Amino acid sequence: MAEPLLSMSGIRKSFGPVKALRGVDLTVWAGEIHALMGENGAGKSTLMKILSGAIPADPGGSIRIGGTAVSITGPSDSRRMGIAVIYQELALAPNLTVAENVALGREARRGAIIDRARMRGDCAAILERLGAGFTPETKVGSLSIAERQMVEIARALSVNARILVMDEPTTALSSRETDRLFALIRQLRDEGMAIIYISHRMAEVYELADRCSVLRDGSYVGTLPRSDLNAEALVRMMVGRELSDFYEKQHRSGGGAEVLRISGLTDGRKLRPADLALRAGEVTALAGLVGAGRTELARLIAGADRAAAGEVRLDGRPVPLRTPAEAIRAGIVYLTEDRKGQGLFLDMSIEDNVNINVLAADAVGGTVRRKRRARERVAEAIRSLSIRAPSAAATTGSLSGGNQQKVLLARLLETRPRVLILDEPTRGVDIGAKSDIYKLIDRLAAAGAAVLVISSELPEVVGIADRVLVMREGEIAGELTGAEITQEAIVAIATAAASAV
Amino acid sequence: MQTSNPQARAEAARRNPRAALRALGMLPVLVLLCVAFALVNGRFASPQNLIIVAQQASINLVLACGMTFVILTGGIDLSMGSILAAAAMAALIVSLDPNLMYLAIPAALAVGAGFGVLNGALIAGVRLPPFIVTLGALTAIRGVARLMGRDTTVFNSDLWYAIIGNGNFLGVPWLVIIALSVVGLSWFVLRWTVLGVYIYAIGGNPDAARLSGIRVGLVLIFVYAISGLLAGLGGVMASARLFAANGLQLGQAYELDAVAAVILGGTSFVGGIGSIWGTLVGALIIAVLSNGLILSGVPDVWQYIIKGLIIIGAVALDRFRTESGART
Repeated sequence: MAEPLLSMSGIRKSFGPVKALRGVDLTVWAGEIHALMGENGAGKSTLMKILSGAIPADPGGSIRIGGTAVSITGPSDSRRMGIAVIYQELALAPNLTVAENVALGREARRGAIIDRARMRGDCAAILERLGAGFTPETKVGSLSIAERQMVEIARALSVNARILVMDEPTTALSSRETDRLFALIRQLRDEGMAIIYISHRMAEVYELADRCSVLRDGSYVGTLPRSDLNAEALVRMMVGRELSDFYEKQHRSGGGAEVLRISGLTDGRKLRPADLALRAGEVTALAGLVGAGRTELARLIAGADRAAAGEVRLDGRPVPLRTPAEAIRAGIVYLTEDRKGQGLFLDMSIEDNVNINVLAADAVGGTVRRKRRARERVAEAIRSLSIRAPSAAATTGSLSGGNQQKVLLARLLETRPRVLILDEPTRGVDIGAKSDIYKLIDRLAAAGAAVLVISSELPEVVGIADRVLVMREGEIAGELTGAEITQEAIVAIATAAASAV
Repeated sequence: MQTSNPQARAEAARRNPRAALRALGMLPVLVLLCVAFALVNGRFASPQNLIIVAQQASINLVLACGMTFVILTGGIDLSMGSILAAAAMAALIVSLDPNLMYLAIPAALAVGAGFGVLNGALIAGVRLPPFIVTLGALTAIRGVARLMGRDTTVFNSDLWYAIIGNGNFLGVPWLVIIALSVVGLSWFVLRWTVLGVYIYAIGGNPDAARLSGIRVGLVLIFVYAISGLLAGLGGVMASARLFAANGLQLGQAYELDAVAAVILGGTSFVGGIGSIWGTLVGALIIAVLSNGLILSGVPDVWQYIIKGLIIIGAVALDRFRTESGART
């Protein structure tokens, strides 16, 4: 039997007293798509950083490439051995052209002069192989996220990478773009590349992976071949316990009074005037393709962007929602889809993050902070949302994605909102935290809040929503309730397939 | 925020002595400098000299407190030196009028705060970059200061508030008392008021701050108003010391010393991280350096070179020290 292309064994890594990896094994063959799963904090990123030479492993383990033991002491070693990593946050210079980005750091040159013609030629050849719809002269800044990913892949191909690591590449892609990416990944596999694919999305792993390895708490749990992949087995491996009722829908909906009604709301650009109503005790999902206008609509309701026309009524009374401050005062809160960019204060403590909306209300004369009150609030939030953190004084930047999301949710809940708009509440969140968030949404609805959830994960929409509104090209194209809510029905409306039937 | 939080600090110290050292910031550098100068020159550590150092640090410290507020929001105020000059001119001109002389200090503070509000309004309202707005203000307000005195030096040998610049209270110069009061007040605002948290929040993530319902524009106007007001106070202090003000020369490059103190104090240049104690230490490092080098007989030219290198070196050291720890 031939040697595997990559074989890592007994890899350990400690950060101070924290053991991030406790002897992890990973074997990847040429020509396979190998999924790597695990909760946030399980050690996937650390393992990949060791592979890419970004951080050194603790002594003891071994890495073999094509059967030969190698030592990776820096990014250049890793690159020389044909390993390329595409991180979630793409590392491209938007002000440069595609060709310049692909060749970055290894520009073709004649003496001291950059050989642009050759760079363009090399790049064009790779782009053609990938079937890209843009040219080497295109500025990266004008490309979509999906196209930028293709540039990263082109960069990997240009150095003849044999092992390609992709960290949650579909997070920001629409389903059509995802399909295209998957086709490309399969093509690369068939050309003999090994692809290590990190993802939280079960559906993707089923669809794509030839094998799947699971990490938990820095340890290697096991590897399943494609034929043995199923949700129960994977979830059990990832969380170490059975997750019987993953989605929660305990509350009973339908009887609640109408809390929020919007009519004719539009931003005057992308969104057609929209009407919708939210009822107390009901979870409404806003589904649709990425780019259909879901986030834009949510931001109008939350006062994050200014509406060009339209009206929002709360309990039948019109409310002005020109700024987030006004919306929060009215009892409407918004969970942003961009938790790090627009949600959290990563350098500030959990305590400050949770309290920021209620600081002024709690303060003596609206000015001097009541720190004891803040500590009580954060202690209660950590308990009720089971936030895992060393202390309330820890910075939110040091937490895992799931716990960061819980901190952000806790902040919204402190204002005792009547209407919650949650934009992709489980994006980039591990399975344990996901389940906690579903329980929380259920609990909020049961307590009488009106909840609007924007989600791109169809099983999630089907699992938690009482009612689904589907958006398409800037307008609400359809509504599903009760037994009508199926993944197929949602996709049909979102892609306009229904009208053809 | 991390290093200004006693809970976090105590916890960090318990876990790891390296983290404890980090929480101390630049204090070890200050102590080291003092010890070195004391060894080189016996006069350095005398009580009289230490009081002189504190007095020399005082005006820069007041400006640096204002600058700390601004830099914490991710901005900068390059116009502080010019505002100081204009405020000093206003104070002296008013003090020369027998009917209005007691309005000299309020006039200086009003001039300072007024220019600050103007800066803030341009930055928050028109959304211009702070660097550009205050760079323009640096030049324009310098011109205003010269205009106020018809481009001459204004004297008042009988200045009623000169005691601020030259008097003592229980042996401590009034300048030092004023500066330390400003430090204390700034600490209170940053640490104990809602506004303080908002300032850190805006510096850390302006988008998130807006989505959290913080009125970012108002906070920014306040922050630049404070830095203008403190520059005005600096003008009062400088004019009280000199009995005179010259619109062209007074306060030249003071804003750069203030920036240096803030950065030496470990405040992040992109905002969101830092503390007023750090700024205090930073301002003292600068004053100790100037004083120590003079006492050691180092030629003036070399003082500049050494000061510059130490500022860069100290911050580089800090970067190196914190690299393994929290994000900056």
